[in-house]
Amino acid sequence: MLRDITIGQFFPGTSAVHRVDPRVKLTLVVCMIVTLFLAAGPVSYALLALYILSIIKISGIAPKMVVRGLKPVVFIVAFTAVLNLFYTPGNELWSLGFLHVTDAGIKVAVLMVVRILLLIIGTSMLTYTTSPIDLTDGLELLLGPLKKIHVPVHELAMMMSIALRFIPTLIEETEKIISAQKARGADFDSGNLIQRARAMVPILVPLFISAFRRADELAVAMECRLYRGDIGRTRMKQLRLGRVDFGAIAISAAVFGAVIVLGRFGW
Amino acid sequence: MSYILETRGLTQVYGAGTPFERTALDHVDIQVEKGEILGVIGHTGSGKSTLIQHFNGLLKPTEGEVLLNGRSIWDEKGKCSRKTRFEVGLVFQYPEYQLFEETIAKDIAFGPTNMGLSESEIKTRVAEAMDFVGLDPSMAGQSPFALSGGQKRRVAIAGVIAMRPAVLILDEPTAGLDPAGRDEILAQIRDYHARTGATVLIVSHSMEDIARMADRLLVMNQAHVMLCGTPREVFAHAEEIVAAGLDIPEITKVIRELNRRGIPLDPSIYTVEDAVRAIRAYKEGR
Repeated sequence: MLRDITIGQFFPGTSAVHRVDPRVKLTLVVCMIVTLFLAAGPVSYALLALYILSIIKISGIAPKMVVRGLKPVVFIVAFTAVLNLFYTPGNELWSLGFLHVTDAGIKVAVLMVVRILLLIIGTSMLTYTTSPIDLTDGLELLLGPLKKIHVPVHELAMMMSIALRFIPTLIEETEKIISAQKARGADFDSGNLIQRARAMVPILVPLFISAFRRADELAVAMECRLYRGDIGRTRMKQLRLGRVDFGAIAISAAVFGAVIVLGRFGW
Repeated sequence: MSYILETRGLTQVYGAGTPFERTALDHVDIQVEKGEILGVIGHTGSGKSTLIQHFNGLLKPTEGEVLLNGRSIWDEKGKCSRKTRFEVGLVFQYPEYQLFEETIAKDIAFGPTNMGLSESEIKTRVAEAMDFVGLDPSMAGQSPFALSGGQKRRVAIAGVIAMRPAVLILDEPTAGLDPAGRDEILAQIRDYHARTGATVLIVSHSMEDIARMADRLLVMNQAHVMLCGTPREVFAHAEEIVAAGLDIPEITKVIRELNRRGIPLDPSIYTVEDAVRAIRAYKEGR
């Protein structure tokens, strides 16, 4: 149930993909998203698919886990496919009442599905292979220049780390509370909408209380260690670009460049 | 002898097929006798918490079965009836974090209300449960959140007792309490057992607490049952227990040290009273 959510999960590892600097990974993911939207034809999509599949292969993450992470978006993908299939003008191949399937429609639908899937897999590979702490560190460093115009980058990054850190804790907590209330005969699976909503109260009240308690404890613990924000803070782990990073940049730049050029020709 | 609770080849695997796959229980066979106090001991990750969640059907076995009064708690359709939950009352670790109602009485009444009992019956049961855990009847209208930690825990335990389960399971009921609070809760559990004749299972990693009150002990280690028997039988295997990273009662340690120094006393002694008697007998016999 709750444990099956894999979006945003991190699978520890030591592969080359894991070792790439989080700043580089973040930048490359943004570039990949842009490239995905510039890709025009089957050839460029195939190239990008190959790129992402190789990343999965190199990272050593079980393809089964990647597929499982796609489950929550199946509906959106199917919906997009159906819309594109029926509402793209072109040479009519088949029609039933107001529904028309065109050759262009089939092409657009397939490419759209591929685009969304690549988009989700590509971005999840970022979180699968980067620990939340590395991720927020990278984000903070990348957005560092914004501090000059008084954007609280450090505070935002810290809030993000804390939020990410507590997702699994709160999931575990929720499961525990659900079990405890079930043990007292609570019934979450039957009744109408209002009854089901009411059945959530015994879960939500303890969950909120415990979230506030945890926040309070964390604040105290941080203050005890003299945390006072960004000023004068040094890092134990300094990020430095290495060979893996330049390799990743070179390969990705080549792939993205090729896709964009191919896209200009409509391939 | 018929058993009230029984497991046959009970196996639980978490996260099958992921890098996090872990076997929490590996073909576990356990028999719980009606009316006994069974202490379940094991350290973190030994599978004891998983085990007790199987007893009332909160978890579904990956393999094997759980029998309540000789009948499997999972029917052919793969469903577990809610009645099992009322028959086998489970008090989780730190149960005070499950409180949610405005008043103590309402919170305790949550279980009985889910059972569909009449209002007057619920009232009797709430009063009875509060009495068992030593809460004053005048507190019924107070908010449970204004109480101290120990008091909150009593409310939570009362919430399960109010369902009058035939089997009461408590997961670390004394965790985080001071010695006085710990003794009080244990005394109340013993009292509940004496007055109702219910079967009681207490999970703990502290031998000290459990050895004194349990009729039998079950030691879990690495997803298996390591030892099972009366405290005497179990503590006769002190070496294995220590090797598994668990503690033996302080007094057993003293006896074993005396043994090492050449004083022949029964090494399975686990209460101070028995130790005193044995040492006296030894001195007189010399």
